[in-house]
Amino acid sequence: MTMAATIDKAGPRRKKKLRSMSHDRKWALRWSYFFLTLFAIFFLFPPLYTVITSLKTSGEISAAVNPWWVYHPTLSNYKELLGSSQFLRFFLNSAMVSICVVIITMLISIPAAFALARMKFWGSATLATGVFLTYLIPDSLLFIPLFKMFAVFHDYTGIQLLNHWYVLVVVYPTLTVPFATWIMIGYFASIPKELDEAAIMDGATWMQTLLRIFVPVALPGIIAATIFAFTVSWAQFLYPLAFTTTTSELVLPVGIITTLIKGDVFNWGQIMTGALLSAAPPLIIYAFLMDYYISGLTAGATKG
Amino acid sequence: MADVAINTTSRSAKAGSRARPVSGVRKFFQKKSTVAFFMALPLILLIAILVVYPALYSIHLATLNKSMQRYVGFGNFTFLFTRETFWMVVRQSCLFAITAVIFKAIIGFVAAHFVHNVPANKQRKWRGMLLVPWVVPPAMSTLTWLWLFDPSYSAFNWILAHFSIGPIPWTGDTGWARFAVILVNIWAGAPFFLILYLAALKSVPEQLYEAAAIDGCNWWQRVWFITLPMMRNIIAITALFSLIVTFANFDIVRILTAGGPLDSTHLFATWAFKLGIESSDIPLGASVSLFMFPILAIAAIFILRDINQRGNEAS
Repeated sequence: MTMAATIDKAGPRRKKKLRSMSHDRKWALRWSYFFLTLFAIFFLFPPLYTVITSLKTSGEISAAVNPWWVYHPTLSNYKELLGSSQFLRFFLNSAMVSICVVIITMLISIPAAFALARMKFWGSATLATGVFLTYLIPDSLLFIPLFKMFAVFHDYTGIQLLNHWYVLVVVYPTLTVPFATWIMIGYFASIPKELDEAAIMDGATWMQTLLRIFVPVALPGIIAATIFAFTVSWAQFLYPLAFTTTTSELVLPVGIITTLIKGDVFNWGQIMTGALLSAAPPLIIYAFLMDYYISGLTAGATKG
Repeated sequence: MADVAINTTSRSAKAGSRARPVSGVRKFFQKKSTVAFFMALPLILLIAILVVYPALYSIHLATLNKSMQRYVGFGNFTFLFTRETFWMVVRQSCLFAITAVIFKAIIGFVAAHFVHNVPANKQRKWRGMLLVPWVVPPAMSTLTWLWLFDPSYSAFNWILAHFSIGPIPWTGDTGWARFAVILVNIWAGAPFFLILYLAALKSVPEQLYEAAAIDGCNWWQRVWFITLPMMRNIIAITALFSLIVTFANFDIVRILTAGGPLDSTHLFATWAFKLGIESSDIPLGASVSLFMFPILAIAAIFILRDINQRGNEAS
């Protein structure tokens, strides 16, 4: 700016204007930080309050002191929950369900996305639209017919799916596969056609083309889809609430809500600890793989 | 051009096979479209069995009586129309979805602007912090809100008591309970808008703003005449998406108020759950959840039209 002032012969007026512009900029930046701090407080105080409460004894929680401060921090809630076989069972169920669902999702959506993006066949365009429409159908529209379907399925085959954790492995793919396929179609479509043509020319089969070329090249997309599938199946609440009731078959969110809330007695310290522990896996993934997480979110318009 | 190349190879392969007869079945299985079909088959089966079939099945269920032995036609629907609670659910669902989506969009838009304003190397940190509500499973964060709204130990009321306001019955009073569920939904959903709007803001060419600055536009004019028109598409599509998801919301209302007080905060999803699963009147529950269908269909049509338009522009 001093350069501009020395070179510029127009005199003080120009100089003043330049300074006022940078001055404006500085103030705009200050205001941005101010409002961002307000937004951050709004978005972050509930998680923070979860942490605060999880560090309190039930005596301190019911005492008439400042609820936003921990006077006698203790880890007893964590010890108690992590030592309870029931809570570990919920954690295990959640992990098993989520991992199975992620594997199934990838096995279904990667070949399907490849077929839809690269190998046109009769009805493939309709199917791509159909996948997208499926993604728009919410869980709350399907849980009642699915519930009845599983009951009828039991009557016919004798296989009881309801009330077992693996029923969730059957239904969760309906939530994860359409969007994962949609992300993968986008990623596959961005891969240059010359690459697979060269492979086909060299005599590779379609399956080899997919596994040796598309999967490695589209790995960021696959990671994004995996994270998406994992977080969706980890957070899902309606299906487990409707389909499972036996305590040993529950997954984390439902388990915490049905076992830690006994009648009207709320053991808030433990509930908050449970909430925090069950929010931890998605948060850890998010902390380390934020860019993949966000690219999955912005790839195609998403749910929200 | 590339397609031609592949076609010629497949044609020459076909010619070769004509010379050296290969069994018809094997040829069928090597055809590109057959391979593609089998690759997509698991997806087709999944959608057909676990999405399309249940959707049609719920229409069938909605026409049965409570014990599911007798066909009652539109009996369930006419029964619902006579219930005052049903109309309350309709009103509350619309109020909930529309208010929440508008506020989520506004907060997301404003916050995206502020994030966009700060230097690029600091944006990551802010974006990371502001997206946390979206990452936490909604059922878990709603538990925290339930605790914040607790009738006797509400941490909000503790603060408000210093200004001699309250205590406010956050989940006990109809008006406040409606406010509470909308607030939690806004809190959980706004970061999603923030991220998408931020991505859209980055795609607006900087030259447009420079030209506007030279023409002497103020901040408001820049937003109104450049940012909004440039982002129109993404704003529309995000709002429609969010409208669907918010309309079909279950977790937040279920945990925060379970529909109470006096069914005043029930949405279609929570009321259908209460009738269908808890009171085991599956046909009535199915009928209630079917009412979500029209709004879904309308939103889906608009979204599809928008996506097709974008596809046409791109090609």
